[in-house]
Amino acid sequence: MPLSFNASLAVPELILAGSAMALLIWGAYARRTGALFIHAAVLALLAAAVAAAVGPVGRAFGGGLIADDWASFAKVAIFLASAVAVHPLCDQWFTRRGTQRFELSVLIVLAALGMSIMVSAGDLISLYVGIELHSLALYVLAAFQRDDAKSSEAGLKYFVLGALSSGLLLYGASLVYGFAGTVSFTGIAAATHGGANVGVLFGLIFLICGIGFKVSAAPFHMWTPDVYEGAPTPVVGFFAGAPKLAAMALFARLLTTAFPGATEQWRGVVLIIAILSVLVGAFAGLAQSNLKRLWAYSSIANIGYALIGLAAGGQAGVQSMLLFMVLYTIDVTGFFACLAALERGGKPMETFDDFAGLMRERPGLALALTAFALSALGLPPFSGFWAKFYVFKAALAAGPLTTWAAVAALIGSVVAAFYYLRLIKVMWLDPAPGPTEAPPGPTVAVAYATALFAFPAVMAALIFLDRWSAIAAAFAR
Amino acid sequence: MVGLLSLVTFLPLVGVAAIMALKLFAPAGHPGAPGAARWIALAITVATLALAVVLVASFDGSKPGFQFVEDAPWFAGLHYRMGVDGVSVLFVLLTAFLMPICILASWKSITDRVLEYMVAFLVLETLVIGVFCALDLILFYLFFEGQLIPMFLIIGIWGGQRRVYAAFKFFLYTLLGSVLMLAAILWMVSAAHTSSIPALMHFKFAPQAQTWLWLAFFASFAVKMPMWPVHTWLPDAHVEAPTAGSVILAGILLKMGGYGFLRFSLPMFPTASVEFTPLIFTLSVIAIVYTSLVAFRQTDIKKLIAYSSVAHMGFVTMGIFSGNVQGEQGAIFQMLSHGVISGALFLCVGVVYDRMHTREIAFYGGLVNRMPWYAAVFMLFTMGNVGLPGTSGFVGEILTMTGTYQASTWTVIIAATGVILSAVYMLTVYRRVVFGEITNNALAAITDLSSREVLIFAPLIVGTLVLGLAPDLIFQVTGAATESLVTAYRAAMGG
Repeated sequence: MPLSFNASLAVPELILAGSAMALLIWGAYARRTGALFIHAAVLALLAAAVAAAVGPVGRAFGGGLIADDWASFAKVAIFLASAVAVHPLCDQWFTRRGTQRFELSVLIVLAALGMSIMVSAGDLISLYVGIELHSLALYVLAAFQRDDAKSSEAGLKYFVLGALSSGLLLYGASLVYGFAGTVSFTGIAAATHGGANVGVLFGLIFLICGIGFKVSAAPFHMWTPDVYEGAPTPVVGFFAGAPKLAAMALFARLLTTAFPGATEQWRGVVLIIAILSVLVGAFAGLAQSNLKRLWAYSSIANIGYALIGLAAGGQAGVQSMLLFMVLYTIDVTGFFACLAALERGGKPMETFDDFAGLMRERPGLALALTAFALSALGLPPFSGFWAKFYVFKAALAAGPLTTWAAVAALIGSVVAAFYYLRLIKVMWLDPAPGPTEAPPGPTVAVAYATALFAFPAVMAALIFLDRWSAIAAAFAR
Repeated sequence: MVGLLSLVTFLPLVGVAAIMALKLFAPAGHPGAPGAARWIALAITVATLALAVVLVASFDGSKPGFQFVEDAPWFAGLHYRMGVDGVSVLFVLLTAFLMPICILASWKSITDRVLEYMVAFLVLETLVIGVFCALDLILFYLFFEGQLIPMFLIIGIWGGQRRVYAAFKFFLYTLLGSVLMLAAILWMVSAAHTSSIPALMHFKFAPQAQTWLWLAFFASFAVKMPMWPVHTWLPDAHVEAPTAGSVILAGILLKMGGYGFLRFSLPMFPTASVEFTPLIFTLSVIAIVYTSLVAFRQTDIKKLIAYSSVAHMGFVTMGIFSGNVQGEQGAIFQMLSHGVISGALFLCVGVVYDRMHTREIAFYGGLVNRMPWYAAVFMLFTMGNVGLPGTSGFVGEILTMTGTYQASTWTVIIAATGVILSAVYMLTVYRRVVFGEITNNALAAITDLSSREVLIFAPLIVGTLVLGLAPDLIFQVTGAATESLVTAYRAAMGG
């Protein structure tokens, strides 16, 4: 393949890289950064989203960067989620606590850049560069409350385990390179056309484990509850959504374009991880009393469903996975927006007991949380139901193995129903321990908007999302 | 242009919007808000009833197919498809009929969070009517599953002592049943490449697949009905729910199970239905005899009526799977009749519960001395529940038994003892609560029915008697549809 330097395909990444550096310099030299700085970061992310949506299609940098419908769909979702994280989620929260620093926005923009490279990755090098870039930004974000021991601990834990997973990923990549003789996805596909040899399979397993860490699928999920609990709430709202969407999009691209010859092998592995995730998420969640930890387990279970979609494979399979992750990202952003908005007596509300009687105290936010809980439970007509609907449809079409996995996951969701219902019960039925403080407007706006999306807007939005995601998933046909 | 069915289904949501606007714009704790919410809910449910009456009046009972069909493409091959036939249209009417009664029944007894209560009921009405009108499998599932949420809240917030336990049990039990149905639904959609219910009725699934699909649907509908042995959620849910919640639960929600068997199990999986008929008959007679005996042992009036509901639903399942016109007609009739009678019986319990705040049978006695009107009303519905000729209960029981007799003699012989047993427990509880002298001093000042309560019972009395004396009104509507259902079922059995 001739080395092509086609910068027009990388406009979103260039916008983000350029603005990240400009913002860094601005922040370093300006005495104080105000609202204008935040707005500039949001603007950069929105501009990148527009560029990704309307940009040309093709391959650049010797096939290392792919701009196609898959990448642009995922990028638009990622950039919008990042923009929401910069302004209404994080800015309010940190400013209120007096710990807002300009690095926050820069880090989110850099994370978005890393995720953008991930979803566009066309070879193992850009795969690794993207993952590392976004991970490093996220480690710092998790520890952003520097004076808070829990936040620092979360950052450290995230870093240590993340570094381990990066090691696995890199080891797998080198094995694949060694045995296939190329790093490009299409090259690997050609080399493993008739079936992958043991060396490539070993490498593939390591790659799956490495990405499994990033998406917090069981049995690589151990970091998730601790990091979710310790990290600042709005930051959790950010990294529970977009980075997982990016990692899953990358996962789908890697498995379907680089290893189509080993489909039978990776399907089994992915299915095992998926079922384990659903079961761990459902059963371990039962014992949680902290909502941030609970939602960590909920996210583990949800990634399990998305992985079933991925294991189903084909256009329908990856479409279902992409839709699942987009709908999940919206839900989880809204959920953590609710948590970030709520405070009682100067303390954040995190445990079940804190949420007692919220329906009388803050009916709007309680309704939003109810919608997110029901959506995560997968009850119709909320968006979580439609996400699972697509996944199960794809799983049923793909054969008996994925069908049984889907049925097992459905039963797991009945177990998980218990803790989602518990949240609803606590908010609606129990008496409130005391008044909550007035929530900040922009965060509440995010919570309401995402809740209204979860129901009823999703039922209209899916008419379009269905069509667009099908186009995006066409690469896997 | 919005069709009549969509209008009936979604009109209650207008009330929801109005009450939410009230909540938003009325100052917090405004004393007039609960009253306004009550009147809005009543007006909307009465308007829905009027529309439902128009619907039934303009329904042509001589045609077997679906009428008032609306169809609009949605996404992923799904359609917004609504329509009613002779099987479903009367359930729409039943729902619309019971809802204003529920609102009236909660007029005084619900004083806490009235706005939310009314919203929950109106949402529930939309979802239940939607279940009976939906002609797309996924749309059906949306409505079917969606009503878990308002019902969970109704039991959980406004229920009795152990309301949280009952609400969780209700929710998790039904959810487990319906996720299996969801798996089956998705399988059917992917196998038949359509989610249209009319099209799926003519789609022939392989016998092997039918068995699994039938079992999956059975898991959901058997819990909903409820059939023995998965009925244990019902007594808890009934006892803890507020009166109007019990009325809805017994009157309408249970009927969705029977409706599901009629709409899905029989026409779509006829081979499996034949195969499993002995199972259904066995479970039905166990339900009839066993739960009747259990009902006899109850000390709580509401629990007694709840168990009696399970027994009466046994006749319905028996009739549905008899595979002949009498059986099907009888099952539909029995469901409608039970909707009216059991609703009325729960309201009868509600009347004394509102006054004395206990449902213990032993607490009462001699009510006839202080409450002659109440005694008369309670007597009528007791007789209806027993199946006295002239009341609607009789027609349903006799028809389901006639139908089943042609399929299995022994089933009917055992089931017939249930009729006697129902007389035993109903008359016993009636005697203990109503007759005799007042021995409990707390009852000395109990008052007879208020004019609001008379207003609640009047339509139910009329309904019971009209159904009992002129059952042909029902059969004119259901006749063609059940006949075509049975013809198709027979054809599939022979083929």
